[in-house]
Amino acid sequence: MGSLNTVLCGIPIDNPIIPASGTFGYGYEFAELYDINCLGSFSFKGTTASPREGNPLPRIAESASGMLNSVGLQNPGVESVICDELPKLRRVFRKPVIANICGFSISEYVEVAEKLDQQDQVGWLEVNISCPNVHGGGMSFGTDPKLAAEVTKAVKSATRKPVIMKLSPNVSDISAVATACEQAGADGISLINTLMGMRIDPGIQRPILANITGGLSGPAVFPIALRMVWQVYQAVSIPVIGLGGISTPEQVIEMMLAGAVAVEIGTANLIDPYACPKILRALPAVMDRYGIRSLKNIVGGAHG
Amino acid sequence: MKTGLFTLVSTEHLTPKVALLHFSGNTDAISVPGQFVTVSLPGFFLHRPFSVLDWGPGWLELMVEQVGPGTAQLQRLAEGSTLEITTGLGNGFSLKDSGKAPLLIGGGSGIAPLLGLAKRLFDSGAAFSTVLGFRSAEDVCCVERFESCSGSLKVYTEDGTAGQKGRVTDAKVLQRCSMFYACGPKAMLQAVCQITDAPGELSLDVRMGCGFGACMGCSIRTVSGMRRVCKDGPVFRKEDLLWEV
Repeated sequence: MGSLNTVLCGIPIDNPIIPASGTFGYGYEFAELYDINCLGSFSFKGTTASPREGNPLPRIAESASGMLNSVGLQNPGVESVICDELPKLRRVFRKPVIANICGFSISEYVEVAEKLDQQDQVGWLEVNISCPNVHGGGMSFGTDPKLAAEVTKAVKSATRKPVIMKLSPNVSDISAVATACEQAGADGISLINTLMGMRIDPGIQRPILANITGGLSGPAVFPIALRMVWQVYQAVSIPVIGLGGISTPEQVIEMMLAGAVAVEIGTANLIDPYACPKILRALPAVMDRYGIRSLKNIVGGAHG
Repeated sequence: MKTGLFTLVSTEHLTPKVALLHFSGNTDAISVPGQFVTVSLPGFFLHRPFSVLDWGPGWLELMVEQVGPGTAQLQRLAEGSTLEITTGLGNGFSLKDSGKAPLLIGGGSGIAPLLGLAKRLFDSGAAFSTVLGFRSAEDVCCVERFESCSGSLKVYTEDGTAGQKGRVTDAKVLQRCSMFYACGPKAMLQAVCQITDAPGELSLDVRMGCGFGACMGCSIRTVSGMRRVCKDGPVFRKEDLLWEV
């Protein structure tokens, strides 16, 4: 059987399968269904300094091979995550977890990063500068290379843990944002967050989402995510996590061939809660079929 | 929760919009009336949530109202087709503490989760009443199913073309009940809460993403904070709701 282990920003992980933030809560919904220790790690729900209720309903719309969400970073706030969620998580997950953080100002990112830096369970910080569903924060930091660099620098100074910047695909030059983050000290890049879109209900002749726009995810976005991972891999030398529409072991291999050291699985978890363990179980046979003996050896392999 | 293959045994069109779908399959994960299922439909990305109309060992009944292309396809599905259905989702109604005179209040396709409840209350020997409301005679459905397991049943239509003319909130029994269980349009649920002082449980219907508590796509603000309709509901106690959605 081929080897699945890989290294994410200096920390070895058993396999590259990581549930993406916002599709896995704080882990325990899924721990009721299977032993989540089979995962490489997982990225928990985007966490802000104060509790956030998120956007009004409806927050979900459907599209061909995908869905739109406008949840808007509903989360209990960093204090509650540390006092309530992480202790519960410790009981079901033994490995280092990826703390996904978000803010509406650079000082908020720093505050959340400093607090989560103190938590032993947290292996990495994934900095969401790409949420399309909040106003005045989130994605506005990820669409301007200068602001992206400022957030990176500030968060880096607030933590000793590896800092992974999560990028938005809603930009014309993804490499420029990735390069700016790398130069500001980022330890890794994850991409892509959702693509901004909308749907209109012909029955009521109004947008379906109360927020009007939402983020598109699911199999529909996979080719775009793959292309952007390819571009970012060429632009930077820090590790890249690939995500966006992955739902099969073959797509995991594609993402790694494009340059990802690990992958995040997002929307697939919402359609089939067993998506990650199913992909994980199927990976060795798929690797055998393509003559792949070690996943970490194929990273960026398609670039020739 | 449990995902399994179900076979469509029969489809009965009850009204121009509503059909009753009878499936065979493993229903072990369903434990309480008021829980729901999600149905995976070929060609549609998200699973569709439906209340369980009734269930037993090896069979499941869903009431499907046509609201869009997904539900239209489900109503046209050929008998003998198999579908993936996830069962045992949500909290369901609580049957204890319903008091001496429980009341079931259903409006339109919102009557669905109440039938399973009515049957179980009936089997437990509880003396309960049921009030069902519809827009017009052509929307009336499932009444005979409720008749077979309800002590007292009253049907209202808004235009008076069947049953009594009026709305469920006109029923005097709302003032006398010990506890009510309601499902139906939001305006009806709100009106019911205003008209009676009795404690109540209400089953909500909102757009969902995953259906099992992971995506936060259906969270509502309640007295006790943000709650997911799919995981913490769909049944909420009257005093917990803020009616913002």
